[in-house]
Amino acid sequence: MTTSTARRGRLIQVARSALVIFFAFPLLFMFVASFKPDAQIFADLGSIKAILPVGDVSLENYRGVFDRVPAARFLVNSVLVSAVTVVLGILINSMAAFALSRMRWRGRRVVLAAIIATLIVPFETFALPLVWWVNKLPWLEIHGFQLRLTEGWLDTYQVQILPFVANAFSIYLFYQYFTSIPVELDEAARMDGAGWFGIYRRVVMPLSGPAIATVAILTFLPAWNSYLWPLMVVQSEELRPVMIGIQYFFQLNVSWGQIMAYASMITVPVLVLFVAFQRAFIGSIASAGVKG
Amino acid sequence: MSRTPKLVALLAAAAVGLTGCSSGSSDSGASNEGGVTTLELWTHNGGNPTELAVNKKVVDAFNASQSKYKVKLQSFPQASYNDAVTAAASAKKLPCVMDIDGPNVPNWAWAGYLQPLDLGAGFFDKQLPSTLGKVDDKVYSFGHYDVAMSLIARKSVLTQNGIRIPTLDQPWTGDEFDAAVGKIKAGGKFAFPLDMGTAGTGEWIPYAYSPLLQSFGGDLVNRETYQSATGVLNGPEALEWASWFRGLITKGYAQQKSGKDSTVDFVNGKSAIMWNGSWAADAVTKKFGADVVFLPPPDFGKGPKIGGASWQWGMSSSCAAKDGALEYLKFSAKPEYYVDYATALGLIPANTDAAAQVPNFAPGGKYRFFLELSQKHALVRPVTPAYPFIASTFQKAVSDILAGGDAQKILDKAAKDIDNNIKSNGNYEF
Repeated sequence: MTTSTARRGRLIQVARSALVIFFAFPLLFMFVASFKPDAQIFADLGSIKAILPVGDVSLENYRGVFDRVPAARFLVNSVLVSAVTVVLGILINSMAAFALSRMRWRGRRVVLAAIIATLIVPFETFALPLVWWVNKLPWLEIHGFQLRLTEGWLDTYQVQILPFVANAFSIYLFYQYFTSIPVELDEAARMDGAGWFGIYRRVVMPLSGPAIATVAILTFLPAWNSYLWPLMVVQSEELRPVMIGIQYFFQLNVSWGQIMAYASMITVPVLVLFVAFQRAFIGSIASAGVKG
Repeated sequence: MSRTPKLVALLAAAAVGLTGCSSGSSDSGASNEGGVTTLELWTHNGGNPTELAVNKKVVDAFNASQSKYKVKLQSFPQASYNDAVTAAASAKKLPCVMDIDGPNVPNWAWAGYLQPLDLGAGFFDKQLPSTLGKVDDKVYSFGHYDVAMSLIARKSVLTQNGIRIPTLDQPWTGDEFDAAVGKIKAGGKFAFPLDMGTAGTGEWIPYAYSPLLQSFGGDLVNRETYQSATGVLNGPEALEWASWFRGLITKGYAQQKSGKDSTVDFVNGKSAIMWNGSWAADAVTKKFGADVVFLPPPDFGKGPKIGGASWQWGMSSSCAAKDGALEYLKFSAKPEYYVDYATALGLIPANTDAAAQVPNFAPGGKYRFFLELSQKHALVRPVTPAYPFIASTFQKAVSDILAGGDAQKILDKAAKDIDNNIKSNGNYEF
């Protein structure tokens, strides 16, 4: 019995290891290839050398990346856009979810259903109307000591952030999580003189770490990977995010080594974020009973 | 209660502080500040530092040459350039000057993105015809260069296999070509001797393969009327082309899906003959030196054919500073800039005066072949606003044919789809 259990354990370990290798292979290949010249990448393709840092290994591709695209600028833009979207997203969506789950008001179930219903509408279907819409929206700009009213958000940071702050899935995730927090805590806080905002800030949010982490990841990923939207609304190179940058490498003579170097550079932040939050992420997904 | 008046006062103060309530945006690709008109110029050269450097050189020279206009260059990566232009057009935010891939000119003119260039009679007399974007006899765009498709091979491989090296005057016939590839295959050194670049996608498909269809006698659309593809895209000649193309795969001459980068595979010795553009010339010459030969495409009955037209410059129809845009375009059409583009990129200069000044393309130059090939055999892709639809339909048809589908059914459907598209767009009348 013990032997068979041990054998089964070993088999599971082997299966797990195989899965890890299977999923890690593309990442490993990308990273290793980023240090090799194009000809060697192709020459190594058919052998184990494809994932080993052997042969003519150098940082030449990374140097080439910075020669070809303003990679640092793109990275800064993406970090800025993603971070602000995440912070605002956590605030706005958690407040919406709080109102839906804790406050009692007429029509909240209908509003919740309407919010969830928007999940079935793919972004691509309303991308173009959204371009027209944001092109007409006003904005206040500071010019010297004067405020200037401008029309149209195209080619700005805000057009990359604000349309994606309110998110139905994030609201639903917060809503699910908030409903698992006992209402008695609200009542106790109210006895201590807390208002709705006090309950939200001092009671519900401090207990919602896993939900916040999950929403942070689920908001960060599409913001970081955003491609279609910035392509449509951002014209200036200095405002472009990293994903647009990948297209810079697809010229008539494609440099695969540089593509791998750039891909490695833009993948690392996502991996770091996921590894940092993975425990809370898995915990929240499991407790909310939903998946993204 | 006391907060409300304070808030109102604050808002009122803010409103007073607002100046002009002007849009502050340049709705039509140009804005004026301090008497200088700034024109926006968009190019597809993001990520292509060599060509972008020439773009910048021309812009800087123009800006330094006068003080009335200032051109502001904005570069986009080529792969997403058309989408960016389409989105900008829908938001009425097109720049004044922009570059356009040649075959898209009729569609963009029809869609109202472009306006004709009023640069006077004879202005383009020295221009390579395939590099002018002409619709209804009006010039909408012009290019500084062109590219040419050719067969690229190694002299040593051909002679070892006893294969005649074709010339512009005496290209291979279709049978000769098939026999040549068959001999190399039989030699056993190359698993797939021919690389047709079948991993390519997008515009590559009609650019690379529709000239072969035309050499068989078919075409993408009837060029007499531009109203129907029936009979030319699904006629017996087109079927013959499809059967030949699929045959390259079934005979093991070429892969159904080639390597992602044909040039790299050729340089690494994986293929003996490659069907590729003149942009690959430098890389293969660097590797094989004088052993490289550039060959005209085979004559499948109607003469060798290659596609014409590359990137060209035009002016948006919404440009608020038309005079400035025309002045810039006129400035940029100096022969010296054709020379700069050709020298930097190794592409065919689109101006005969300029060609004489570029050693590689002057008579006897190592790439002169491409200029002569282009002059002799280039055929522009169909000059119709339907072209983008025709191109995408053809892309799918080629993919299905190479995958072994029923060629007649595939081509019938493609022709029908194109006809329906033309009809449903009111025959694309201007």
